[in-house]
Amino acid sequence: MSAGRHDLPGAAYDPAGDIAESFRDPATGDFRQETMIINMGPQHPSTHGVLRLLLELDGETVIRCKPVIGYLHTGIEKNTEYRSWVQGVTYVTRADYVAPFSNELGYCMAVERLLGVEVPERAKVIRVLVCELNRITSHLVALATGGLELGASSVMLYGLREREVIMDIFEAITGLRMNHAYIRPGGVVMDLPEEAPRKLRDLIDLLPKRIDEYETLLNDNPIWRERNTGVAVLSAERCVELGVTGPPLRSAGVPLDLRKDEPYCGYETYDFDVITRTEGDAYARYRVRIDEMRESLKIVEQAFTRLADTPGPVMIDDPKVGWQARLSVGPDGIGNDPAYLAHIMEESMEALIHHFKMVTQGVEVPPGEVYVTVEAPRGELGMYVVSDGSHRPYRVHIRDPSFVNLQAVPDLIEGALIADIIPAIASIDPVMGGVDR
Amino acid sequence: MTVAELAVAVSARYPDLVLARDEATVVIQRDDLLAALAWLRDAPGVTLDTLSSVTATHWPDRDPAFWVVYELRSTALAQRLRVKVPLRDDDQHVPSVTGLFPTANWHERETYDLYGIVFDGHPDLTRILMPADWSGHPLRKDESLGGVPTWFRGATMPPIDERGMA
Repeated sequence: MSAGRHDLPGAAYDPAGDIAESFRDPATGDFRQETMIINMGPQHPSTHGVLRLLLELDGETVIRCKPVIGYLHTGIEKNTEYRSWVQGVTYVTRADYVAPFSNELGYCMAVERLLGVEVPERAKVIRVLVCELNRITSHLVALATGGLELGASSVMLYGLREREVIMDIFEAITGLRMNHAYIRPGGVVMDLPEEAPRKLRDLIDLLPKRIDEYETLLNDNPIWRERNTGVAVLSAERCVELGVTGPPLRSAGVPLDLRKDEPYCGYETYDFDVITRTEGDAYARYRVRIDEMRESLKIVEQAFTRLADTPGPVMIDDPKVGWQARLSVGPDGIGNDPAYLAHIMEESMEALIHHFKMVTQGVEVPPGEVYVTVEAPRGELGMYVVSDGSHRPYRVHIRDPSFVNLQAVPDLIEGALIADIIPAIASIDPVMGGVDR
Repeated sequence: MTVAELAVAVSARYPDLVLARDEATVVIQRDDLLAALAWLRDAPGVTLDTLSSVTATHWPDRDPAFWVVYELRSTALAQRLRVKVPLRDDDQHVPSVTGLFPTANWHERETYDLYGIVFDGHPDLTRILMPADWSGHPLRKDESLGGVPTWFRGATMPPIDERGMA
């Protein structure tokens, strides 16, 4: 173990003390007597996880706000440096756990750019399919939790109900509801299961009606409008200054969408619109997310159609990159592929050596650095990945959109009422797993 | 405009530029950093008006030991440029770019927290992810992962950083 945990011998650690210091009045050096400093969070039901807001209040009005983060810091970036390139996927997927496919996609595209390989067409279509489904589930969580926090419990129930339908599809495709590690460098880990087309067809038929229902419930709901309209306004200029991306930026009228502006995975060949609004308030963000779900569904439908006439492998045919061990369904439900086992165990010594090296060391990635971006549900997700030519990443930095968007919170709520904090945070939709990594 | 054309426009002024894997990287010394970023942000035909990310890498056996990495993006051109600033092991200071790009605030705090690089002129350079009383900067290569052995019935497995992988 290196440095010690505490470098303040004998001093009781007061987590609020040093941070509250910045709330002293610069003129007098004292805390102002007529205001109150309170903590909102980190254990507050409406802060979307462990977000802590240090607030200075004058009555009901927020004078100053300082977001305090780090409560969910799990050292994902450090951990990836001690795992193989393929294992890295299982770490980054846990950053923004509401949109795990985006993390996986960004990381894998970065590794692929370092390797200089192109993934098979079918893998690209599947990637687009799962990422857009994931955008829908993520926006449903934003809608459901945001609704719950403002008292619209039925929206919470309906939103999570539809999310569950899609999670069921994820489980069928990847084996897991979250933290899939399904997208791997070189493609995706396995092709869609037999029942996937039927489930996808059902979903494509079901979801438009359900999205209409949410709009019927909320669009002209007087309470919903009252709580959201004109609340947490952020102008387009301020968004750009603060690096805010995703639905908050588009709700302020900037049509920035990396799927259109810097297309990847063949997004330029799909027909969809970038949703923008001009108001830049919490209500506009809600409407942007609703409409983006419809656009995502359009992409899902196109990808679904393409799957039928895009046969072929879902993993790159390169023994130095793609994972060669295959699974097949045995009498017990699942098992090793007997043909492959026979090949490495009985026929080819080279194949066995290669298999051993792939399992113990994994892929070797040439030295270099890349910054790859994808349009995650919350905005620009960037992966800055550095290789020193070994079997492990030298550095993986996740530019998480929630982390950057959360910086805008003081701008959103200073001068507003305490009650407006709730829709403000909900409209930014931060996921602390991504913020703290 | 392609990234190669952007690279030509930038390299006329900052020639230490590498184009690899369709990504442009320009190396800028820290004394020139603020002037360079202001120029890159405002110069016609360059207009790298958004700062996407700030981070660093640590190379303990090399000189420079630290690279501070800025990812810039031009909204008008839909192109990106990476700016890298080399830092020596005994002098980990770099000017803060929060005056040019307010978004750098948290990015720089994170880089300070995890690498110990001091951003001079930052309005509030405090730890952001690690606890306020933490000592050390965990993403430096000389900081261990701090894992503990995994216990099994009758056997243990050493922590991941002591398994001699790769």
